[in-house]
Amino acid sequence: MLEIDGIHSFYGKAHILNDMSFSVARGEVVALLGRNGAGKTTTMKSIMQLVRPRSGSVSFAGTDITGLPAHKVARLGLGYVPEERRIFTDLTILENLEVGRQSPRAQTPSWTIEALFELFPNLEERRNNRGKALSGGEQQMLTIARTLMGNPSLLLLDEPSEGIAPVIVEQMAKTILKFKADGLTVVISEQNLHFAKMVADRAVIIEGGAKKFDGTFQDLEEDPQVRDAYLSI
Amino acid sequence: MTAVLKVEGLSKSFGGVKAVNGVDFEVAPGELKALIGPNGAGKSTCFNMLMGQLMPSAGKVYLKGEQITGLPPRVIWRKGVGRTFQITGTYQSMTVAENVQMALMSHHRKLFSLLPYAYRLFREEALALLDVVGMADQADRSCAILAYGDLKRLELAIALSNDPMLLLMDEPTAGMAPKERINLMQLTSDIVRDRGISVLFTEHDMDVVFAHAHHIMVLNRGELIADGTASEVRANARVQEVYLGGGTLYAAEGSHA
Amino acid sequence: MGLFVAQLLTGLANAAALFLVASGLSLIFGVTRIVNFAHGSLYMLGAYVGLTLMNTLPGAFGFWGSIVLAGLVVGLIGILIEICVLRPIYRAPELFQLVATFGVILVIQDLALMIWGAEDRLGPRAPGLKSVVRILGEPVPQYDLALIAITPFILFALWWFITRTRIGILVRAATQDREMVGALGVNQSWLFTGVFFLGAALAGLGGAIQLPKGGADLLMDLNIISAVFVVVVIGGMGSIPGAFIASVLISVLNVFGVAYIPQSTLVLIYVVMAVVLTVRPYGLLGREEKAGEHGQVGEVERPIRPVGTRGRAFVFVLLVVLACVPFVGSSFLQVLITDILIFCLFAASLQFILSSGGLVSFGHAVFFGGGAYAAALLVTYADTPMELALLCAPLGAGLLALGIGWFCIRLSGVYFAMLTLAFSQLVWSLVYQWGAVTGGDDGLVNIWPSAWLSGTTAYYYFTLAVGVGGILVLRHIIHSPFGYTLRATRDSARQAEATGIDVKRVQWLAFALAGTMAGLAGGLFVFSKGSIFPNELEIGKSFDALIVVFLGGVKTLSGGVVGAVFMESIKDWLTRLEYWRLILGLVIIGVVIIAPDGIVGSLRKLGERIGLLKEQESMR
Repeated sequence: MLEIDGIHSFYGKAHILNDMSFSVARGEVVALLGRNGAGKTTTMKSIMQLVRPRSGSVSFAGTDITGLPAHKVARLGLGYVPEERRIFTDLTILENLEVGRQSPRAQTPSWTIEALFELFPNLEERRNNRGKALSGGEQQMLTIARTLMGNPSLLLLDEPSEGIAPVIVEQMAKTILKFKADGLTVVISEQNLHFAKMVADRAVIIEGGAKKFDGTFQDLEEDPQVRDAYLSI
Repeated sequence: MTAVLKVEGLSKSFGGVKAVNGVDFEVAPGELKALIGPNGAGKSTCFNMLMGQLMPSAGKVYLKGEQITGLPPRVIWRKGVGRTFQITGTYQSMTVAENVQMALMSHHRKLFSLLPYAYRLFREEALALLDVVGMADQADRSCAILAYGDLKRLELAIALSNDPMLLLMDEPTAGMAPKERINLMQLTSDIVRDRGISVLFTEHDMDVVFAHAHHIMVLNRGELIADGTASEVRANARVQEVYLGGGTLYAAEGSHA
Repeated sequence: MGLFVAQLLTGLANAAALFLVASGLSLIFGVTRIVNFAHGSLYMLGAYVGLTLMNTLPGAFGFWGSIVLAGLVVGLIGILIEICVLRPIYRAPELFQLVATFGVILVIQDLALMIWGAEDRLGPRAPGLKSVVRILGEPVPQYDLALIAITPFILFALWWFITRTRIGILVRAATQDREMVGALGVNQSWLFTGVFFLGAALAGLGGAIQLPKGGADLLMDLNIISAVFVVVVIGGMGSIPGAFIASVLISVLNVFGVAYIPQSTLVLIYVVMAVVLTVRPYGLLGREEKAGEHGQVGEVERPIRPVGTRGRAFVFVLLVVLACVPFVGSSFLQVLITDILIFCLFAASLQFILSSGGLVSFGHAVFFGGGAYAAALLVTYADTPMELALLCAPLGAGLLALGIGWFCIRLSGVYFAMLTLAFSQLVWSLVYQWGAVTGGDDGLVNIWPSAWLSGTTAYYYFTLAVGVGGILVLRHIIHSPFGYTLRATRDSARQAEATGIDVKRVQWLAFALAGTMAGLAGGLFVFSKGSIFPNELEIGKSFDALIVVFLGGVKTLSGGVVGAVFMESIKDWLTRLEYWRLILGLVIIGVVIIAPDGIVGSLRKLGERIGLLKEQESMR
């Protein structure tokens, strides 16, 4: 479904991703783990081509998307939910959803505004409220709903639990598991190991812009060296 | 003993919406106190009012018995309150040492001096502070190229430069690896102990909170719903309902002991 | 009463063109965050293109068709500008974008000169609307009434487009976060191009629609742009209803000003602006800009250190060489170097506030000219000896900077830039219109130095000492605690405030210091030329300084001086060419896109690459 092959990404002079490779199969939920600055967000952005890798390639559903403009990547069915939400605070909830709207595509779950309101009832109540009036949890829901309006076949969730009450994070875990049951492929980046374990099939640990571990959470627990180096508590 | 920080009936409304509503609490000398709660509960608003970035709609803030409500941040800083930010705000065009020297120049009221070379002023003092946070070896690196965790430690050194009695730390460990989080909070605890400073911090990592805070306050929809020790807060049914949830997202009690 | 109503109607009619241009500028700014300085040029093009079309197309249909077509043509030119000039620099710091659009102004000026010639053109009158209507006994042109009727429709159409259509929603979303809009599958580059088309077309329409009232000339670009800035600043950047209200306000004020206080019309407008901004710093309907909301990608400034022995030796040798010039060079060369030194000091003072302070001042010439006028006025009216008058030049300019800074420092970014520009225009209009004191357009003459400095060579040495001294003082201050404090406020105002620094006060004093030094340069200038004219404090002069700082390298300490030397040396040769603006404009655009580090920055990077200089530790 998604194939990242030896990408190198930079911010100006800063070399952030250094030969990053991993792949995601259809229907899988993969968690990218690592501290801030390890390269998780840059990996997400490099997949979306918001940061263009200088070398290496990214392919999605068999198409090489390296160097495509981000909007073309999105139109191929990659849905990106950024860190820090980035909702349009001056727009109403309905208008936010309108920005994300794309036509349905084959073999992927299609979303309507009604279906999204069913999934996130809070948003329906406040449909004509501006984004800035929403709480952090509601903003996070809106970000996800907005991306789902584009009917993506693969969802990139960058730190969905950051700054959200544990009780809401638990709900979100259920939502992600529901997406998985619907056949959506999901990549999340996380710092909260507990949350990642709840939703993901597989963990990819990133440090210094490169992959340091790729396997199930069980493998992770059984690998004391990796555990101590990157996750130790 | 007078509380270092005392807050009475602190409130803030934004266009009719009550972001913070009648919050009362105290921070005792030498205490490491956490303020937790969901995003949008009013933690940042609360913090910004304590430090003077925001003017409260109502309520009073006292520092060692002296009212400081609504004073500008720089004045509150001069009265002995240090602050670190969730998103670090160091001076990118300066070296690590110069960042600390800058705060020292401010502390020693040398900001408007035109004659000396700034890079020579208070350098020894700055190096000593950097040593406290373990950054002395990086003193002459440009701040723009520091790793994230090092920036956080630098911020701590800067916050110590005016010899504060109270430190306000906004999500000090956000974005750090678990190991770094523990190290930074350990460092903070040590400083609290060695220098008798009080610390009030906000935090989302419950593991950090439960392991290091002496007392925990929980804010929800602008109101304080709990203020107590870690085990009291964990056991509080209301806190579980609105914030902590079923406990799947943080380590079980006692796992850090 | 009749006269009053008639004047009110004239004001409302004049608001039409102003609103069209201002709303276009506001729209473009809202989405791209670029203040399009060339917007006045698009307005001028609209007038010329409309005129040409009206001369070909017949009748009423031809007249109104020409206006619409002029809008479309200018919109297409806007697309060309957007794609060629702006696309490569959307991520550059705002100063670079402003300078690039200034390059566009120069290019369009010369292209218009080539195509339409230097003569002013009168516009045709609108077929069927040539006569006047009597309202309360006063004649009001029919065309004015047509304009008054049309403007609300345009306002409504724009409002509907922005709030009710999908594209409008996307435009508003892109105003806030362009990258995110792209990541949601919207082709944002075309969205930008579309907005630029619309904004440019509005300016073109404005130019064409005012033809029956104003005609077309080559100065209308810069004439309208300061009025448009006043309008968008008063109305609030990015707010179209705000632009409408402010256009009406300014136009009506202007008409009444001309009628009742003709000698201070211009002054009146800027006074109104100052009042509005004192009460509402972001304009009537503007929204507060949070610092860093539109985070700009750019290389971080590097840590600085005073120059080492090698650098000092180099400066010393340079000074020795300059000191020897009178022994070998002609008096022409001495005059040229005197000019260069004065300009270097002026540029260095701008660089101080711009680079170390991060405050992009667009009206810095007001302090240069202000200092010069302070000295000249003292000599003219009080027979002040040259020594004392020269001392009063920096003092006067410094006081002026304290006054202007008090207003401007409360804003930041482009708001600050536009406010400094508007205030410099205020002073300019004061000097220009208050002829009884300042001599107006005729300037002040016979301002010569004392006998001991009257020779070319004597004044050359004097300028060398004072000019270089001033530059060295500024440089030292950058390395002093105050310079560091200023850089701290630039790097992170929040952190500075949270560590005891009174950010606004520091910026205010630095602004005054920069103004003082510019005033010193102005004082040297007036005694070297013996005269001073209002053009020394015009927008053009401020831009000259910005451009040299920019060419030299913004993120360096010596860029201003190096850029000034470079520019002044080639100016004499360059201005002899017929279309030198075109060449200069293209060079500026080229530098912005290809070598944004400027001369000093590029040389430094080259030096690092070939190993002459030590390379900075790379990030992470």
